[in-house]
Amino acid sequence: MKKIAMTVAALVASAGLASAGAVAPGDVAFAEDGSVAQSLSGAAGDVENGRKIMNKGAGNCIACHQVTALSHLLFHGEIGPTLDGAADRWTQAELRGIVANAKNVFEGSMMPSFYKTTGFIRLGKAYTGKAHEGEVMPLLTAQEIEDVVSFLMTLKEE
Amino acid sequence: MKNTSKLVSALALAAMTSTPALAGPDEDQLWVNDEIQMVTEVAAPAHMENIDTLYSGWRYRSNETQAIQMDDFENPGFVGVENAMVSWAKVEGDAGESCQSCHGDVESLKGVRAVYPRWNEAAGEVRTLEMQVNDCRVTRMSAEEWGYTSGPMANMLALISSVSRGMPVNVAIDGPAQATWEHGKELYYMRTGQLELSCANCHEDSVGLMVRADHLSQGQINGFPTYRLKNTKLNTVHARFKGCVRDTRAQTYKPGSAEFIALELYVASRGNGLSVEGPSVRN
Ligand code: HEC
Ligand code: HEC
Ligand code: HEC
Repeated sequence: MKKIAMTVAALVASAGLASAGAVAPGDVAFAEDGSVAQSLSGAAGDVENGRKIMNKGAGNCIACHQVTALSHLLFHGEIGPTLDGAADRWTQAELRGIVANAKNVFEGSMMPSFYKTTGFIRLGKAYTGKAHEGEVMPLLTAQEIEDVVSFLMTLKEE
Repeated sequence: MKNTSKLVSALALAAMTSTPALAGPDEDQLWVNDEIQMVTEVAAPAHMENIDTLYSGWRYRSNETQAIQMDDFENPGFVGVENAMVSWAKVEGDAGESCQSCHGDVESLKGVRAVYPRWNEAAGEVRTLEMQVNDCRVTRMSAEEWGYTSGPMANMLALISSVSRGMPVNVAIDGPAQATWEHGKELYYMRTGQLELSCANCHEDSVGLMVRADHLSQGQINGFPTYRLKNTKLNTVHARFKGCVRDTRAQTYKPGSAEFIALELYVASRGNGLSVEGPSVRN
């Protein structure tokens, strides 16, 4: 019991921390070019966690992108361009904007909008095929976006 | 911004060309039992706006998967065909009839698979083959209908398709079927779910590319029902559609729903000219 209570407390604490200074999906200040200057969570990103999100779960970036730095993972898709050298091509603010809502940068992009909660058609409950109910969560949290962006910032070739 | 997107597309191009192993469809030819030649590549029908050449999904599969479809003794879909042959002859329902008692040999349904879904004048509706089979079961046999994507239904469709193998898909999209077809087309291009992806995003814009471990085909239905190595059973069209919609993190439509009937007519018409292959083998 004690253990469970402690885990719950820890979870609550970390959730609280993550959302403390977070900008809500509807309030993100996108610049004209789709970039976002301020950290969405108010905190710095964690490169290691960003690396994990690239592979699994709601991120699953390598379903569509090749990344040489992640070549130990199997099956990189080719719907989008390779992300090698992404940090040479884009600033941190631009990368944040692309991950938060790529459609602001690339019109009609196939890339999902990871920090968006409205405007969906037939929104489902994750991958169950059932209708979504209740509050809509973005594909990635503010902190997860920051983590991914900080990983992308390590992808330099020059 | 324009410059950057140019740069991006140049990069995308470079990424694609650097992996030539898995570009488009392969060059293989499909003969089944050394006897039936399948058209797996043909000029697109006039109504297709963004694709010039149709390719069967078979052309995007690995050599191993392809080989299984080339011989009915290897093709596990034929277990379903055999089971359906038993139900074809079996009297069921209060009318004391079997499929056979009215239709005789299943060969009498040769050519039927190629033209469904099709407008049924008496009923005033576009009917899928599943709907027609269930209509015969209910109104002619007084038997219970089969579940739309159930095993017995998939088996019966495999049997009915098998006698049309090699014939060109040729569904009508004009006249009374046109409104349904238009509805299907709208659904095909509609970006659904939290991933906001349409059928076209994957099966038109990204054909030949890898999405994670899957090699994207045109999403044709000329091979249905398909025996999938992944779930080791025969899969009906609507079950497959359902899986693809679900993967966009959307609320799916129901098998047999007006939406899936319309979508089936539209997708079938995108394959007009390819051979009926069912039961085919896919991964
Ligand atoms: C469904 C496919 C898909 C997924 C999943 C996806 N992307 Fe993309 N991404 C694209 C496409 C396509 C483009 C190219 C832009 C365009 O023309 O739409 C792109 C472009 C980009 C770019 C700019 C390209 C460059 O020059 O480097 C970055 C950065 C990027 N994506 C990061 C990500 C990250 C990070 C994730 C995971 C959180 C992700 N993408 C998930 C499809 C995808
Ligand atoms: C009592 C007679 C009877 C029985 C039993 C019967 N059918 Fe039919 N079936 C018909 C008639 C009559 C038609 C054509 C009329 C129509 O279009 O509704 C038809 C049409 C069909 C068609 C469409 C043919 C076409 O050219 O479009 C298919 C497929 C079919 N039946 C399959 C079956 C199957 C499978 C069974 C057994 C499960 C079955 N039928 C049982 C009488 C029967
Ligand atoms: C995220 C990408 C994606 C989207 C969106 C998508 N599919 Fe698919 N679909 C796949 C993949 C991957 C496969 C398996 C490989 C292949 O055959 O393309 C597949 C397979 C299929 C097949 C089987 C093809 C065969 O040869 O047996 C059909 C049919 C199909 N999809 C139809 C659809 C329809 C209709 C829609 C829209 C409702 C749709 N798909 C949306 C990814 C997608």
